[in-house]
This record gives sequence, C-alpha cells and structure tokens, in this order.
Amino acid sequence: MAKVTINEERCKGCGLCVRACPKKIMQLSKTKLNSKGYHPAEVTEPEACIACAACARTCPDVVIQVER
Amino acid sequence: MAVVFKKTEALTDTVMHYCPGCGHGIVHRLVAEVIEEMGLQEKTVGVAPVGCAVFAYRYFNVDIQEAAHGRAPAVATGAKRVLGPDSLVFTYQGDGDLASIGTAEIVQAAHRGEKISVIFINNAIYGMTGGQMAPTTLLGQKTTTSPYGRDKELCGSPIRMSELLATIEGSAYIERTAVNSTANIIKTKKAIQKAFGAQVNRKGFSLVEVLSTCPTNWGKSPVESMDWLEEAMLPYYPLGVYKEV
Ligand code: SF4
Ligand code: SF4
Ligand code: SF4
Repeated sequence: MAKVTINEERCKGCGLCVRACPKKIMQLSKTKLNSKGYHPAEVTEPEACIACAACARTCPDVVIQVER
Repeated sequence: MAVVFKKTEALTDTVMHYCPGCGHGIVHRLVAEVIEEMGLQEKTVGVAPVGCAVFAYRYFNVDIQEAAHGRAPAVATGAKRVLGPDSLVFTYQGDGDLASIGTAEIVQAAHRGEKISVIFINNAIYGMTGGQMAPTTLLGQKTTTSPYGRDKELCGSPIRMSELLATIEGSAYIERTAVNSTANIIKTKKAIQKAFGAQVNRKGFSLVEVLSTCPTNWGKSPVESMDWLEEAMLPYYPLGVYKEV
C-alpha cells in the first residue's frame, strides 16, 4: 500500500513527475486548475504505485510526499 | 505508514519563484537534504549569486549572504576563514555568474585551495536576463544574442569549467552531474555529499557542476528540456568525477 500526496496548490504543472514515474500512473489533471492556473499532477492508479518516490525526487517545487 | 519521501527541514516553506520545471528547484532540494543529513544546518553559510538563483536566500533554511555578480567565491572565502573549519560554506552559482563575470574569482578560489564548496548550475544560457548566450552555450544553440546559433569563429567554443578547475592543484573534489533522470538526480546528491565531505575533511576546494534546464529561455516545455539536456548537453559535457584527492 503506497500513498502519494501532492500539494496541488503549489504544483506548477510542469509534468516532470509524469515523465519520471516508472509505472506511468501520473498525469496532469484534465479537469482541475489551481489558483495559479496550473493543471496539478495527479495519480491515476494509486493501487499500482510502488512508492519509489521518483516523482518526488524530480519535482522542482518539492510538493510531493510519498508514504508506504 | 512510513514516510518514504518528504520535504527537508533545510528548505523553507516559501514558494520558489522559478519557472515551472526549472532544474534549480531540484538542486536546491538536494543541497538542503545533504545539509540536514550532515546535521550542519546551524553551521552552514550559503552565498547566493546574481542570476535566477538570486533569491536562494529565501528558500534555504540556513544563513545566506548575497554576493555581487560572480563574486560569491570571494565572499565565501571570507566567511569560511572567519567561521573556521567547523563551518560549512557553499556558493550556489549559475553559468552566467560563475563562468563569465566570475571566472577570475572561481579560478583563484580553487587556486588558493579555499575550503569552500561550489554548486555550479550549467544550463547553457543566461536565464534571468532573458536568454542571452553564455560561455556555456552550445555551438549552434540559438539564444537572443546568437539568433543564428552560436558561431565558433565569432564566440569560441563552450567552456568546460569542471575540466578546467580539475587541473588546479587546490581542487580536492570536482564532479559533473545532471538532473535529467532519477538515477542522475541521486548521483547529484551523492556528488554534493562528496563535495561537502571534502570541505569538512579540510581537503580543499570542491565543486559540483550540475547540468540543468532552462525551459523558458530554451523555448521548450520542461519535459522537452530534459530530453534536450540528454541529447545536446550530455555529449559535450561528459558526466563524471574530474578530481578526487
Ligand atoms: S512513487 Fe513511484 S510509482 Fe508511485 S506515483 Fe511516484 S513515481 Fe509513480
Ligand atoms: S513535478 Fe511537481 S510541480 Fe511538476 S507537475 Fe509534478 S507535482 Fe507538479
Ligand atoms: S529563466 Fe530559466 S533558469 Fe531562470 S527560473 Fe526560468 S527556467 Fe529557470
């Protein structure tokens, strides 16, 4: 069981976490916008997450927390 | 649940002003994590540059002094000599700052074997001032001051600072890394640990050159920028340890 928490308000929608995720389970939200106007990142299949933290390590704004 | 990854205490909660997907944020985090893990948060003095990282003092939860353009190694020299061997003194400088206006300072700091550590961000362009050609700009790379691409006849070839500084006797640890992949991000952190270690162990001058991205001035998305770093920068700027004593 892994848990990825993204601080959506601080996400800049850069997509680097999407690029880094080895399980290809991240995307930029197609429906949400934060108050800065960015589409925040989200995990599409939380049950497939392996808690590798690749997303968190590449995030320039350090907005991702990973737990297992 | 056990925490696998969370933000280090050595970064403040201030939102970084960097453009979306800019490599600066990644390197800030790595530097801060190493400081926290070494237990040196209270003994660290950083020196911020002129350039995009000019506000670095807002983001690191340690004491930071701002320096005039390119003069960070000189300011760091003073701080280290006053604070002594138990302190950790680092500069954080971009390529416009370190490899252009600050070339004399960086070469002479290494030459003196100054026991400071330098985090050098090479993104092959001037960021803050609007995307002008830097000494590190690749041949053929288009910038606002090389609109037809950098011409070797006119501007020379891009400068390789790690190779240059590794020839200097006072250098104790010099490595070039990159932020293009999880593996290279982890290697960058190890390099920063080695560089800070060289300082703490009083071996001499240390520098980590990190190949990074400037999506805004490269005119690419953050993801395309990481790909361009791999395709264009890695062949010209080989990664690796250039000096270790
Ligand atoms: S922790 Fe790993 S698997 Fe899970 S979302 Fe992040 S990158 Fe993907
Ligand atoms: S890397 Fe960070 S800032 Fe960029 S999209 Fe992912 S969570 Fe948002
Ligand atoms: S201008 Fe370039 S280097 Fe500066 S913050 Fe923006 S992306 Fe980063």
